[in-house]
Amino acid sequence: MKRLFLLFVACGLSFWLPMATANEALPTENDPVAQKRAVELAAKLRCLVCQNQSIAESNAELAVDLRRQVREQITAGKTDQEIITFMTDRYGDFVLYQPPMKGTTVLLWLGPLILLLLGLLGMYFFLRKQAGKGEEMPAPLTDAERARVAFLLKQRDDSKT
Amino acid sequence: MIPEIGQFALILALILALVQGTLPLVGAAQGIPVWMFLSRRTAQGVFFFLILAFGCLIYSFIVNDFSVLNVASNSNTQLPLHYRIAASWGSHEGSILMWVFMLGLWSCAVSVFSRHLPEEVVARVLGVMGLVTAGLLLFLLFTSNPFERLFPVPTEGRDLNPLLQDPGMVLHPPMLYMGYVGFSVAFAFAVAALLGGRLDATWARWSRPWTTVAWCFLTVGIMIGSWWAYYELGWGGWWFWDPVENASLLPWLIGTALIHSLAVTEKRGTFKIWTVLLAICAFSLSLLGTFLVRSGVLTSVHAFTTDPRRGLFILVFLGLVIGGSLALFAFRAPRVGTQGKFEFISRETALLCNNILLAVACGTVLLGTLYPLFLDALNLGKISVGPPYFEAVFVPIMALLIVLMGIGAIARWKESPLAELWEKLRAPLAVTVVCAVALPLILGRTHWQSVALLALGFGMAFWIITTLIVSVTDRLRHLQGGLWYKLQRQPLSFWGMWFAHFGVAIFIIGVTVVKGFEAERDVRMTPGDVISVGDYAFRFVGIEDRQGPNYHAARGTFELLKDDKKVRNLYPEKRMYFAHGMPMTEAAIDSGFFGDRYVSLGEEINDGKGSWSVRVYYKPFITWLWGGCILMTLGGVLALSDRRYRVYARKPAKELLAGHTLPRPAH
Repeated sequence: MKRLFLLFVACGLSFWLPMATANEALPTENDPVAQKRAVELAAKLRCLVCQNQSIAESNAELAVDLRRQVREQITAGKTDQEIITFMTDRYGDFVLYQPPMKGTTVLLWLGPLILLLLGLLGMYFFLRKQAGKGEEMPAPLTDAERARVAFLLKQRDDSKT
Repeated sequence: MIPEIGQFALILALILALVQGTLPLVGAAQGIPVWMFLSRRTAQGVFFFLILAFGCLIYSFIVNDFSVLNVASNSNTQLPLHYRIAASWGSHEGSILMWVFMLGLWSCAVSVFSRHLPEEVVARVLGVMGLVTAGLLLFLLFTSNPFERLFPVPTEGRDLNPLLQDPGMVLHPPMLYMGYVGFSVAFAFAVAALLGGRLDATWARWSRPWTTVAWCFLTVGIMIGSWWAYYELGWGGWWFWDPVENASLLPWLIGTALIHSLAVTEKRGTFKIWTVLLAICAFSLSLLGTFLVRSGVLTSVHAFTTDPRRGLFILVFLGLVIGGSLALFAFRAPRVGTQGKFEFISRETALLCNNILLAVACGTVLLGTLYPLFLDALNLGKISVGPPYFEAVFVPIMALLIVLMGIGAIARWKESPLAELWEKLRAPLAVTVVCAVALPLILGRTHWQSVALLALGFGMAFWIITTLIVSVTDRLRHLQGGLWYKLQRQPLSFWGMWFAHFGVAIFIIGVTVVKGFEAERDVRMTPGDVISVGDYAFRFVGIEDRQGPNYHAARGTFELLKDDKKVRNLYPEKRMYFAHGMPMTEAAIDSGFFGDRYVSLGEEINDGKGSWSVRVYYKPFITWLWGGCILMTLGGVLALSDRRYRVYARKPAKELLAGHTLPRPAH
């Protein structure tokens, strides 16, 4: 009723003050901080029936439903971690785009660091080896190449004369 | 009739490709000139038949020949002509045909633009490419025939997936595939060098322009894909770390490393073994990407095992190509000596570090992409690896890379005394630190976390830009004459580096500002409502029905307002395609140099007042992302136009010590 009244007032006013009083659209979430949290959480949760979309992106029924649940739980005062736990309890780790650190995912999380260390180690040994050696001459010419060079030089000399 | 001609052309192409892949290689090994000379002609012949086959497929799509299964499942009489053409590569079969077609195109290009190369090298390069072509043609003919007939003939086809009915579909796949397949040339040059046992600076010089061209195409292809996702998917994201996207990023990362490594090999004669390995990896990752996207393994490991024919074929093919080339590498590489000694602090070291970091970045993306597949295949549970993971592990590696990028552009070859280097880097470092810290505060951020993230982003960008400025002034200092004259004296390859690096800085600024300042509102709007986001506001005017060629749409009208003044109208749509019954959102974007205003329609809300759920976004500096990519590509094009390639191309063959124009000495 209050909204209707406001609408009525706004419409009435809009005849003579069109821009200033146009009514602001109703956000689906009133609190901007909660809204931001909901969006961030939704981007981290996978829509289970879609092909690799987060529930923030998808318009599938399940995604819409899960988005609503996230909002409701935020309104109910739950922390992000509690909401995530609620989701993983229901749907398993698959629902999370950030895989949890546990036995089967140790390699996933430490892999990049291991790769980096291996790369740097390899580089260190390469640099040490190459700093130790002197300037290496190019491989000596084979007999075949020698003959070819001689031929070319001769050809050049012939063309000069 | 036409599809049969296409099919026949494919078979002829296969036979010719088998000739191309065997006789020239044997000829090069045994020293039989006639067999070597076959390579050019057969490569051109293969390409001719591939043009014919691809043309037949496109023709079948244009005339709506629904007796072809591929056409019936991916096209429709109502589909507009340009999308019917694009539908030729919209399906699995069509896209593989395009892959092979591109491979034929690259082989043909090599056969035409390699007149200055020794016949032996050309024979080996084209021979290797012929083998790859033959493998893919076998795959096409035996597991994914694009010309398979359908009986009884349906009167109407299923439509092309609505997601693909977009100008992006016309441009993105050809560009991307040109890049993917282009790395086959670098690969073929590397394998040819291993086969011939000659790895030297000339080899690097020959394969360098080819690699750069492929890299440019790949960059543009990825950029168009990202842009397409941005405006088509309707929620303003531009990179999703989806496995399909990662599949294109992997060869790009290694390709970037390869370009830098080739530069060192050409200029300083060192890193040869590493360069060869990168060339092999770049193409292997292109193949792996094709396997990942095309085998269905990404959707589910089990989809792969239920219809394993295609997946198995590519897997075996992949194993042969990668395994074969790596075995050859292991066998031959140790015999390659290195030249060109350098000190610990030098441009060589910086570039080596860059290569290591790019390879680690690539390994990381690969790990994140494949890990869930392995876990699932081993029955260890299902997990999802998405943006939070990739951002956490990828960004630190990139930050390290950017630091080196600044040093590498300034350090001298061979030896760069630390004192001198510090002298040059002092000023950029100071400017970078001050700007990176000050800018977020000036822009009104106070929370330490957002200040830190913005400072990191801005810092990286400023570091690149300031060091680039130093790299120019450093080069000009010793020259006489006016500024313009001095700038002109710099080789184009230097400007290539300059613009490509500058593009990276622009890209980083774009990412930083978008991530830091984007605003999003998810609202329900009744006609007349206004929603403000950023400095702008959107007024919802109303919804009307609109008929498209093969869909009907609800078209919304929004007035974009700034300071209560109307800027323009925006018309986002919600489309329902007849054949699929699938709703599609078409976002409306007001794009500008400093940011985009973006509105997309959600669902209609049945409240009798014509309300809709609407998403509006303000995306500051997002165009800088695409701009950065275009600058990187421009850098590649400039590097390609460098004088030494043009001079080289003009020189007649015999001046370049081409072995077989001379009598061959007895061994």
